[in-house]
Amino acid sequence: MNFKLVILWTDAMIFLLLAVGIAGAWWMKQKPHLMLPWQRLFKSRVGMVSLLVLSLFVSVGLLDSLHYRAALPQNGNGKAVYAAEVLSVFDALASELRSHTEKTYSAPLAVYLYAKESMETPDGKTLRDYPRLKYGGAHLADPQQQHVSDVIKRILSGLFAGWLGGVLLALLIVTFAASRRRMTARVWVAARSGTPLNAMLGSLILIAMLIGLTVNLAGAYHVLGTDKVGQDVLYLSLKSIRTGLVIGTVTTLVMLPFALFLGIAAGYLRGWVDDVIQYIYTVLSSIPGVLLIAAAVLMMQVTIEKHAEWFSSSVERADLRLLFLCLILGVTSWTSLCRLLRGETLKLRELEYIQAAQAFGVSSLRILTRHIVPNVMHIVLIAVVMDFSSLVLAEAVLSYVGVGVDPSTNSFGTLINNARLEMGRDPVVWWTLAAAFSFMLVLVLAANLFADAMRDAFDPRLNRTVDVK
Amino acid sequence: MIAYLIRRILYAIPILIGVNLLTFALFFVVNTPDDMARMQLGIKRVTPEAIETWKKQRGYDKPLMFNAQAAGTDKLTDTIFFQKSASMFVLDFGYSDDGRSISREILTRMTPSLVIALPNFVVGLLLYITFALLMTLFRGTLLDMAGVTLCVLLMSISSLFYIISGQFLVSKLWHWVPISGYAGGIDSLRFILLPVLIGVVSGIGSSSRWYRTIFLEEVGRDYVRTARAKGLSELRVLFRHVLKNAMIPILTGVVAVIPLLFMGSLLTESFFGIPGLGSYTIDAIQAQDFGVVRAMVFLGSALYIVGLILTDISYTVVDPRVRLQ
Repeated sequence: MNFKLVILWTDAMIFLLLAVGIAGAWWMKQKPHLMLPWQRLFKSRVGMVSLLVLSLFVSVGLLDSLHYRAALPQNGNGKAVYAAEVLSVFDALASELRSHTEKTYSAPLAVYLYAKESMETPDGKTLRDYPRLKYGGAHLADPQQQHVSDVIKRILSGLFAGWLGGVLLALLIVTFAASRRRMTARVWVAARSGTPLNAMLGSLILIAMLIGLTVNLAGAYHVLGTDKVGQDVLYLSLKSIRTGLVIGTVTTLVMLPFALFLGIAAGYLRGWVDDVIQYIYTVLSSIPGVLLIAAAVLMMQVTIEKHAEWFSSSVERADLRLLFLCLILGVTSWTSLCRLLRGETLKLRELEYIQAAQAFGVSSLRILTRHIVPNVMHIVLIAVVMDFSSLVLAEAVLSYVGVGVDPSTNSFGTLINNARLEMGRDPVVWWTLAAAFSFMLVLVLAANLFADAMRDAFDPRLNRTVDVK
Repeated sequence: MIAYLIRRILYAIPILIGVNLLTFALFFVVNTPDDMARMQLGIKRVTPEAIETWKKQRGYDKPLMFNAQAAGTDKLTDTIFFQKSASMFVLDFGYSDDGRSISREILTRMTPSLVIALPNFVVGLLLYITFALLMTLFRGTLLDMAGVTLCVLLMSISSLFYIISGQFLVSKLWHWVPISGYAGGIDSLRFILLPVLIGVVSGIGSSSRWYRTIFLEEVGRDYVRTARAKGLSELRVLFRHVLKNAMIPILTGVVAVIPLLFMGSLLTESFFGIPGLGSYTIDAIQAQDFGVVRAMVFLGSALYIVGLILTDISYTVVDPRVRLQ
């Protein structure tokens, strides 16, 4: 074995969430009445396309959550020595992007550096000009002549390769799915008339083309330029995805137990329990969110400073800070969901089937788990998906304010924060900000659209004709 | 009415006490003042004496809750809890790290915050409601769909983007208004124009969509059908009937934030260099000035509670069925 697995706290959380998600899906698959809203969701075109985009982000995030430490060349005595640097599988896949650092800024697809430098010409004179990049377009002998045609060539071949791959993948998926059901592909497609197959496969091919294009260009250029210290912006943006996903998902994992337990307890038990829980969430929600988060993060920094011995590496420290941030965000944001759940439970507990259960002598615990919790689950699901996008956006703002993730963690917030003075430069360095904002826009937009589709599918208040097969 | 108000204000007191205890626990129990001193002084300069002077300067050198060495009532009053937390109830916030009175800073910085936040609020509210009403008027058509799509797109953009790109376009490229800064009096107009504009634009997405949902819910009601059956025009139905009846859900969300306008906006003020409470807070967070952060937390929650009471009062104004008892 030439590497050592490193499991960071947030990694564990992410894979725990993944496992819970898979188990939940498997469990629900056997309950047709629970699958009904999901089937409605699977028929929404916008929902499925945004789900596809989201899953692309999620797979980058998951690859970036498998951490390891590479083995160093051994010095003979057989004892394995590992590098101090913690890398992820994603880093390994994108090792070229990671290691190809320039001196400083360079524009997207550029061949020359952003700043002029004094260079020595072969005949001994010094000359001030834009130096060639170390990696960007290094294969070109005469960049003046070849640059544009090379870029165009790479774009076209990348698009074509992506298209080919996408089409093959689409065909493969259809034939595989059809053969599992023992149908011919044509029959299988016809049987899926409700599902937006065309839109999904179409966007799959589009995404494949985009990936092909990027990969082909990234082999020879910095597709999105480089930042102040010469790091590839594409790499930094891709690395930021994981932080956004962690904040968006782990926070809800923290928040759910509070909201679910306290909200249902307040609604079902009423009396003094209700009073106490209402008091707690009124107090918490009366403090403006940013201030409470800021106060808690300031105190967390003090604690981290005090217990330097807890962390064996700076990565672990940054990771724990990220986890703490999720905890804090979770503790400050459970109140609204809790209020919703309390209200819903108050309504539910007066319904006949609950009263019937009470009359039969079913215990409170059993009523709660069998009858109340499943019937408020749609609220929880909708709230979780809705919160995701606002959390991703909040991360950027918090990092800007200085109470976000550790400055060494790659995130959209730190990316924007480090680049915030770049628009004032002359010529303008626009690419870091543009990259960060567009990655964020795509992620948040996909999440918002998915959340809308999900709400449409799950909200029982929306009148719809139930189609029974 | 008055009896109701008094009860609400009395009800607010335990909540404020809760907020106070929470901040006290957060700032003094989770970490002792010694830890804070060590954090602020940095690793190099930490000596026991330095910590003691740091604590003495800020008045953190007392026992937390109970001073056994003092005499009489001083046993309770000569403590960190009484002097730093309980004193906030009489709006005595103490001094910031640079030695200025926090209460005074708050008073002087309130005006610039309001000068930005109030126009932002009023213009925004009018614009969002108009936009939402238009979408409701054209509901189910392509125009409505385009509007909703635009809203979703706009609300997916980070607020940082609005500010950074707005500053870049309007100030740096077109030179219409100064990039940042603030001046008192009538001169402030050219400074507040851009922050207000950006503030309004960045809220269009989420707010308009929210109002649209409210209006759509009202449009489905029976009284709207009656109004249409009377032969009223759709515009008249919307403005005279739907808008009026949608006031309650709108007020629930809107009135509660009015007092919080005093607090200003963290992002806008720090980007535009406006000397308001928002930038005060952000500076305090970045300089780790615990006293100021504590004061702002308390002020924020007090204003929030005022907002809740105002919301209740506003119900009686717009809805004659509601009586406060």
